[in-house]
Amino acid sequence: MKRRSHFTPARIGVYGFLLFAAAFFLAPLYVMLTTSFKSMDEIRLGQIFALPQAFSLNAWRAAWSEACTGVSCEGVSGGFWNSVIIVVPSTILPILIGALNGYCLSFWRPRGANLLFAILMLGAFIPIQVMIYPLVKLEAALGLYSSLPGIIVVHIVFSMPMMTLLFRNYYAAIPLELFKAARIDGGGFWRIFVQLMLPMSVPIAIVATIMQVTGVWNDYILGLVFAGRENLPMTVQLNNVINTTTGERLYNVNMAATILTSAVPLMVYLISGRWFVRGITAGAVKG
Amino acid sequence: MKALLRRVTPWTALLPLAITVLVGYFGAALWSLFISMTSSRTFPSTNFVGLEQYERLFDNERWQLALHNLAIYGLLFIVACMVIGFLLAVFIDQKVRGEGLLRVAFLYPYAMSFVATGLVWQWVLNPDSGLQNAMQHLGWKDFTFDWIIDQDMAIYTIVIASVWQASGLVMALMLAGLRSIDEEIWKAARLDGVPVWRVYLSIVLPMLGATLATVFVLLSTAVVKAFDVVIAMTQGGPGTASDLPAKFIMDHLFGRANLGLASAGAMVLLLTVLIIVAPLLYARSRRKEART
Repeated sequence: MKRRSHFTPARIGVYGFLLFAAAFFLAPLYVMLTTSFKSMDEIRLGQIFALPQAFSLNAWRAAWSEACTGVSCEGVSGGFWNSVIIVVPSTILPILIGALNGYCLSFWRPRGANLLFAILMLGAFIPIQVMIYPLVKLEAALGLYSSLPGIIVVHIVFSMPMMTLLFRNYYAAIPLELFKAARIDGGGFWRIFVQLMLPMSVPIAIVATIMQVTGVWNDYILGLVFAGRENLPMTVQLNNVINTTTGERLYNVNMAATILTSAVPLMVYLISGRWFVRGITAGAVKG
Repeated sequence: MKALLRRVTPWTALLPLAITVLVGYFGAALWSLFISMTSSRTFPSTNFVGLEQYERLFDNERWQLALHNLAIYGLLFIVACMVIGFLLAVFIDQKVRGEGLLRVAFLYPYAMSFVATGLVWQWVLNPDSGLQNAMQHLGWKDFTFDWIIDQDMAIYTIVIASVWQASGLVMALMLAGLRSIDEEIWKAARLDGVPVWRVYLSIVLPMLGATLATVFVLLSTAVVKAFDVVIAMTQGGPGTASDLPAKFIMDHLFGRANLGLASAGAMVLLLTVLIIVAPLLYARSRRKEART
């Protein structure tokens, strides 16, 4: 493009701005990490930007298995496993349903389905608060409220617009001739889906997995309302650890717990790299 | 028989979609609308009172404050995210070294939950232990930054945390938009001697119209949904100074057992979203039709 690579004032300005911005974005992570390795005595000195003098992993151990959430003191490890148990089905089921919806909408096009799809996309904008209480009542009537299946169903409902959109747009790019050829060869509805479409859907399924895993893992409000005491996800437990404790706040433990809770989505992001951005972009271009 | 099966099977497959739309979205929204017109408190009641709950809602000082906060939060959050996101994208687009690392540094907060975001910033902005204290220790004795415990300023700290979390997303979307712009424009502009900043402002920015609309829709839905970050950062405090409508509704649904009032609030929130989003979605569907 138009740019020169040797150092001019403008070049220095560009790097200055970018480095300043990077410092702003990285500062909280730096503070979190350094604080988690410090002892409480060192934290009381009040120098949040200082490096730890004595490197200690005690806070991490405490955060994982000892930190208190009001009544019990078991750390955030329980929440971690709860989140894993919630995330796995809440990723697989919405993706399968989204793929099926996209397949139906793109190739079979039953009458009226497009109207349903339009309403679904509008539904993506309905604030959760509008639906939360009716869904609580409905799940209670069905005996699902405050249970693992209950929270999974809610995740399926709230992720359906995005998952359907992803797969519908993906299948829309596949030539209709391919589908017609499969029909002529005698393929039925399910056979074409399972043997032809699903194997072609790997790239979009990866994008969908990234979005679902981070989205469900980072969810707070749905887990709080629908999961029930036994299944509280890690985000809810983290908030309980930090905001319901009395007495002196153990900042090192809190920071370690926060990093532990963010570890899974951060790893997903770092490993997936551009796929993560692709997911956002694909999701952002609605319709 | 076979023909019938062929017609029925796709609909069987679409059953989860149909149930979600009809029961989960339509049914739930209608139910909330109905409840908002009754005198329901702890339990749903059928005692119809018309728009009384809405009158009570807008007389409620806490709701007024929550709406006021939503306006401040929404405006600042969206403007700041768009400006910062655009600047970051433009500066990254100057063929800089270490682009990959910079992108990671700007976008990683978006992978973190709002709960974690709120907790980190609560700790950084806490005047006793965070930034203020550290600056005073470094020798800047008069340095004060205690917005988070200041009734009038607490909402701005939530803006800071949210902007930190989301502007990387705007950067990523804008950068994708910038990269899709024809290089010829740059050549033409350079031949005409147009300064680079002018090209960005007068030519590139208008060309990013669709991206800007997308970003705006994404950010404004995030504004209306904002809940976790307030819970984690200030719990709506000090007092109720940093309350937002979503939190007001949740408190009245579950804590204060005032279903009617909460549902009225939820409907107002829904209406707000529709007013913001509907014109953009309409414009986009028109544009799509024009293209095909």
